[in-house]
Formats: sequence, C-alpha cells, structure tokens
Amino acid sequence: MCGTCGCSGGEHGVSMHNPKEVKQHEQVHHHHGEHGHPHEHTHDGHSHSHDHDHDHSHHHKKVIDVEQDILHHNDVMAARNRGYFEAKNIFALNLVSSPGSGKTSLLERTLKDLKAEIPFFVIEGDQQTLNDANRIAAIDIPVIQINTGKGCHLESDAIYEAVKKLNITDNAILMIENVGNLVCPSMFDLGESKRVVIISTTEGEDKPIKYPDMFHTSDLCIINKIDLLPYVHIDIEKLKQYALKVNPKLQFIELSATTGEGMNAWYYWLREHKLK
Amino acid sequence: MHELSVAMGIVKIAEDETAKAGAKQVELIELEIGALAGIDFESLEFVWPAAVKGTVLEFALKKISIIKGKAKCVDCDAVFEIAQLYDSCPECSSNFKGIIQGKELRVKALEVN
Repeated sequence: MCGTCGCSGGEHGVSMHNPKEVKQHEQVHHHHGEHGHPHEHTHDGHSHSHDHDHDHSHHHKKVIDVEQDILHHNDVMAARNRGYFEAKNIFALNLVSSPGSGKTSLLERTLKDLKAEIPFFVIEGDQQTLNDANRIAAIDIPVIQINTGKGCHLESDAIYEAVKKLNITDNAILMIENVGNLVCPSMFDLGESKRVVIISTTEGEDKPIKYPDMFHTSDLCIINKIDLLPYVHIDIEKLKQYALKVNPKLQFIELSATTGEGMNAWYYWLREHKLK
Repeated sequence: MHELSVAMGIVKIAEDETAKAGAKQVELIELEIGALAGIDFESLEFVWPAAVKGTVLEFALKKISIIKGKAKCVDCDAVFEIAQLYDSCPECSSNFKGIIQGKELRVKALEVN
C-alpha cells in the first residue's frame, strides 16, 4: 500500500501534469513487496510480558532507541524547499481551505490583476482532474497540477518534484493551492513562506474551533464571498473571535473574489510580505 | 485520512532501523503521540493492518503513549494543561500561549529479533 496516496495497486498514484504538455508522470511509489523470510511465531493480539531476565541464548531480542519524528522525512524535504525559495527570493504561499471556499477563483482574480507586476507560478493540488490547472493556464501562468489520487493533502516531496518542473524565476510568487480539506494538510509543512487559510461566508462561524489545527498553523485568514453577506447567516466578528482563540496572531482580510471588493487589502498584504 | 501517511512514515522508520540493526522483524513498537498532534487514534487503528502488511511490523505489538497537551501563557507565565488548541490560560484568560508539550509524533523504541 502506498503512503502518499493509499493505493494498493498503483492505479490511483500521485501524478503531475503540465496542462501545456498534458503528459502524465507517475511518481515513483515505494510499494513494499512480499518478504520471503519465515516468521517464527505470531502474536494474536496478546502480549508477552516477562519481568525476568532471559539466560538462554537462542532468542536474539534487541531494543533500539529510535526517538525519531514520524514526519521527519516530510519536514526534511520541506526544509529543502524552503532553502531553495529563500535563495531565489521566492515568496511561497500554501493556500488551504475546505472544498468550495473559492481558492481557485481567488487565485484567478489575483493572477489576472497582478501578473503584469509580479511573476507568478502555481502548483495545483487536487485528487483528480486537470480542471484547476486549466483555469490557471488559461491566464497564461506557468502551472503544474498534482493529482494526489486517494491522497487527502499535498506533501513536501511532491512539491519538490513540481518545483523542479516549474523553473521558477527569482523574486517570483509561488501559489500552492492545496487539496480542499481543512484537516489533513495542516500537519504537512511544504516549505511555504506563509500559510493562508480561506473560509467563505457560506461556512459556519465556528469552523476555526471545529478544525483548530488548520487555523493554528496559518498566518493569514481570508474571509471570501463577502458579497453574499446579505443572504447568509454568519457572524464575522464571532468567526474572528473563535479564530483568535486558536491563533491570536492570525491576520484577517475580508474580500469577494467575484466582485473584487476587498481585493486591494490582499494585494497590499502580498506586496508587503513579498518585499521583506 | 492523513493517518495512513503517518502509519507509512512509521513503517519506513521501522524498516530502516530494523535493517540497520541486522534484525528480521519487530516484536514491539513504542510510539509517543501528543494529544494535540492531530492524530485520530481510531483512524490510526483502522489503517494500521493495511499499512504494516508484508513489512517488519506485520506481527509487532504496538504500544502508544499519549502525551497530554501543556502550554505556557505568554502573558502571565502560568503553565497549564490544554485539551484543545483554543484553550485559554486558566489564570489570566489570555489566548497567547506557547505549546510546550502535546505535539509529539515519534517512534520511541523498537524491540527487534
């Protein structure tokens, strides 16, 4: 079984696509083959607890003090990405949210408005389809689509591979649109400069405390679809209070990617943090 | 279901360490997981058999120590237990805190043969 995508036979692997080439690249999977060694005994859920020492020598038991972080590999690859971004002065953003909060629409509008001023590159993460990458490619922005198959989040080694394909220029902004999921992506550092969580006015104001991990690890919270405020019952102040309980350092920008209201505050934030 | 990725990370560590030690299989694996690490223990149990099948962990017993969340208040320096990331300081009600314990996600030890 594959750790990245959860596939068992390889048919649902992580794949990368450049919409301009539409060439599928199956990432290398580390599937564990069958081990041919004999198992001398099996444990059926019971434990052998011995509080005496064994004198007999036929039992070669050994204790290894591992003390290793389980996400170590992801963290190491994220650090590699981060070093690369810093050396090239690339401002990398990890955009996270539930499905349907408007991440891609926000990206489209941002890219259209700022592409003459700032070089942009995009990595799109979805379980399936090239739809989002096609939307970005239509604005003439270099983009790589990562399809995670059954995977529920992007990991740093996939970003490492995608970045190699993108040939990002110095002083650019890299937008990484994560898989729409407010739970799993929070644990996986991609090497981003800042993490941006997007929530829309059609979602409940208690989302930050229902899904605290994502809000805890984000730097900026964009509240999208404010043009719908007359029609939905959401208390934005309450939403902010909940989010600040989880992460008192979180900043907020309210906007509508559809009407353009509030987009200038977002552009100001981008320029301000990019020019650091 | 990021627990599957976590389980596969555990398998990779176990495979590497077992090979390094020249051992064949793991009898016991000890894990330390923080209550604030974002792991759903039921999900981890659910994916475990599939993740370890055909690996050195297939017949291993798994022992998980759950580490309670602890934070230090930035405003009044009080150290307190937290069950949720949004718990505020019981002394001064501040939300500004540093998490000092509970985010662990670690393979502590392996017993191999």
